[in-house]
Amino acid sequence: MNAIQSFGIDKQYENHVALHPLDLSVPEGSVFGLLGPNGAGKTTLLRIINQIISPDNGSVSFYGQKIDSSDSRHIGYLPEERGLYKKMKVGEQSMYLAQLKGLSRNEARKRLHWWFKKWGLETWWDKKVEELSKGMAQKIQFITTVLHEPKLLIFDEPFSGLDPVNAALIRDEMLRIRKEGATIVLSTHRMESVEELCSHIALLNHGEKILDGTVNEIRESHRNGNFRLSYRSNEPITLSLPNQVEMSQNLRDFNKGICIAEIQSMKLNSSEIISALAPQVDTIRFEEIIPSMNDIFIKSVEK
Amino acid sequence: MNPFIIIALREFTSRVKNKTFILMSIIGPLAIGALLVIPALFSNLDEDPKKLLVVDNSYLLLGTEKISKHSFQYLNPEEFDEESAISAVREKEIYDGLLFLPPSENGDPDFILRNTRLYSKGDIGIDLTRDIERRLGKLATEEKLKINGVDPSLVKNSTTIVNIKNLNLTEKGSEASSLPLKMAIGFGASFFIYMFTFFYSAQIMRGVIEEKTSRIVEVMITSVKPTQLLLGKIIGIAGVGLLQFLILIAFSTIIYSVAGSIGLLGSDISEVTPGGAIMENTESQTVLNEVIESFKTFNIPKLIGFFVFYWLGGYLLYGALFAAAGSAVDAEADTQQFMIPLTVPLLITLMLATPMMQEPNGTLAVWLSLIPFSSPLAMMIRLPFGGVQTYEIALSMILLIIGFLGTTWISAKIYRVGILTYGKKASYKDLYKWLRRK
Repeated sequence: MNAIQSFGIDKQYENHVALHPLDLSVPEGSVFGLLGPNGAGKTTLLRIINQIISPDNGSVSFYGQKIDSSDSRHIGYLPEERGLYKKMKVGEQSMYLAQLKGLSRNEARKRLHWWFKKWGLETWWDKKVEELSKGMAQKIQFITTVLHEPKLLIFDEPFSGLDPVNAALIRDEMLRIRKEGATIVLSTHRMESVEELCSHIALLNHGEKILDGTVNEIRESHRNGNFRLSYRSNEPITLSLPNQVEMSQNLRDFNKGICIAEIQSMKLNSSEIISALAPQVDTIRFEEIIPSMNDIFIKSVEK
Repeated sequence: MNPFIIIALREFTSRVKNKTFILMSIIGPLAIGALLVIPALFSNLDEDPKKLLVVDNSYLLLGTEKISKHSFQYLNPEEFDEESAISAVREKEIYDGLLFLPPSENGDPDFILRNTRLYSKGDIGIDLTRDIERRLGKLATEEKLKINGVDPSLVKNSTTIVNIKNLNLTEKGSEASSLPLKMAIGFGASFFIYMFTFFYSAQIMRGVIEEKTSRIVEVMITSVKPTQLLLGKIIGIAGVGLLQFLILIAFSTIIYSVAGSIGLLGSDISEVTPGGAIMENTESQTVLNEVIESFKTFNIPKLIGFFVFYWLGGYLLYGALFAAAGSAVDAEADTQQFMIPLTVPLLITLMLATPMMQEPNGTLAVWLSLIPFSSPLAMMIRLPFGGVQTYEIALSMILLIIGFLGTTWISAKIYRVGILTYGKKASYKDLYKWLRRK
C-alpha cells in the first residue's frame, strides 16, 4: 500500500505556479527522498500533505483513504522553518507539543523522559529554550516530531545546522524508526544522505516531477557505459580496444606508479571489456561508473 | 483534550506566571488605591498649630483669638510698626509668623485688606492663609454692611442655601440623578475599555509575531488548524484580561472597605475645617450625600455585566484584526502601516465622548453605539444616563457579536497565509489577495 498517494494536485499563487498537476506515490515502509533545487515546489507539496495549505485541484490519500484533519495525529512533520517558543522551558515546551498531538500528560512525560535520558538531555528539562544551542534545539525538535510515534514522518532538511556527530545520531534514529514500520519522507539537498538513506526518490523542478522511482532503478537507468580501469605503470600504456569501445582518457594518477583509463561503451558489458583489456596491463581495479545521485540531480535539473 | 483548550491554557498560564503580570496585578490596584487614599490621608494629618503675632492697626480682627487651631497674639499697634514687629517675630522662636494689618485713615476695609501682609518663617501652609483670608473677608463684609447701615445679622438670617434635587422620571416613579457621576461612570468605563482593548490586542499581535519570528508557527499548525491556534490565543489572552479585571475589582473593594472602616473616606470633608467656613461645609456634605444617594440608583451589577460584555466584544473584534496585522509582518516595527486604521475608530469615539454625553440619546450617540467598531465605548457612555431603548441595546449587542465573528473570519483567512509568509513586507493589496486565496 502507499502511505501517501497524490492525484493530480496543483497549486497556483498570485503570480506563479508552485506545483503543476502531480501524481506521486510514497510506498509504505520506504524512505522517500524528495529532491529538487530551491523553489522547485517541495515545501508546497509537503505543506499540502500536512494539510497546512490545500491544493487548487486534485486530492491526497493517506494509507488508501482520503486524507483528513484527524490524520495529523499519525503524521510527524519537521518543517524547514522550525523553531520553539524561546521563553518556555524545554520540558514544558515538549510536553505542550506532545499534548497537541493527542498524547495524555502521563504518556507524554513518560516518552519524553525516555528520549531525554537516551540523549543525555535530562539536565535541560528545566532550562529555557533560548539557552539551547542550535544543535540541541534541533534534537528537541526531532524528539517532538517523532514522540507520538506517527505512521508517516516528514522531514524537511533535517540535517541543516547539525554537526556530523549529531547528523549521524538523527540518521540512525530515522533508520531505527523505519525498521519499526514507519514511512519516512525526506526533503534534502544533501545527496550523500539520499544515497545513504533513501529507498525511493522523486525529483521536482519548477513545480514538476521530472524523475521518480527507487534509487537503484534510477541509478541503473542513468548508466552511461562509463568504466574505469586502474593499472600499475609509471607511464600510460597504449591499449588496443575492442570494437565499439572508446577511450575517454588515459592518464597517470596522482599516486606514483598507477595509471587510470576511462573507457566508454554502450554495447559491451563489463566482463566483455575486462577480458579484452586485462591481459594488456597489470590490473588493480576495474569498475563501472554508475552516476551518483548528485550527478543525476544536476544533469536532470540542467536539462 | 481539545487542542484549542490546550493552546488557550498555555497562552493564559504563560502570561499569568509571568513576573510582569504578577507585578501589574498587585501594584496596579495598589497604585490606584494609593491615589485614592493618600491625599485623604494627608489632608487628615494634623497640621501643627501655628502661633502668629498680629499687628492690627485697623482693629478689624478685634476679639479673634483663634482661627481653627492656630492662635493669635496681639501686639499693641502703637508700640510696634511693621519693622519692629518683624524683628519681634525673628527674635522669638515660638512665633511662626506675623500678620500685619495697616492703618487706614478713613477705615476703608478694601484699603486695609489690599495692604495686609502675612510674614512667615518657612511655609505657613495654604490652609491657614485661606482661613485668614476667609475670616478677614467675612469681617470686611460685615464692616461694609455696617457702613451702609445694614445690620449684618439681618443678612445672615436672610441667606438661603439652595440645593435643587435632580430627579429623573422613570417607569417606576422618580429617582435621584447626578449628572457628574453619570459622566464619570460613562467616561471611566469607556476609557477603561479603550485601554484594555489596545493593551490586550497588542499582546495578541506580539504573540503572533513571536510565533512567526521564532519559526514555531509551522510546527504548531501541523498539529492544529491555524484558526484553532488563532482562537486559542485570543481566548487565552482574554482570560488574562478577565483575571486582571477581577483582581482589580477585588483589590479595589478590599482597599475601599478597609479605607472606609478606618475612616479615611467620606469623613475628611467635615473634619478638616472645623469651625471654618460653615456654609461650604454644608454644601459639600449635601453633594456627598447626593453622590452616595445617586450611586444607589445605578444598577451596578447590570452596568458591570454590560461593561464585561462590551469590553470582551470590543477586544474580540479588535484582537482578531491585530492578530491579522501581526501575521502579515516579520517584526513589530513593521506593524505601523496597519496600526492607524485599527486604532483610529476607538480614538475618535473617545474624542466624541463629550458631545455624546451632552446628548446621550442623540443621533450621534445612537449611531456610534450601534456600529460594532465604536459601540463598546459609545454604549458604555450612554448606559449610565439611562433612556437607552431595549431594542437599541439588543441590536447593538447582536451587531457587536456579528462584528467580531466577521473580523475573526476575515482575520483567520489573512492569518493562515500571513504566518507562512516571510521576508516580503505585505501591503493592503497582498492582504486582499490572501483573503481571496483558497
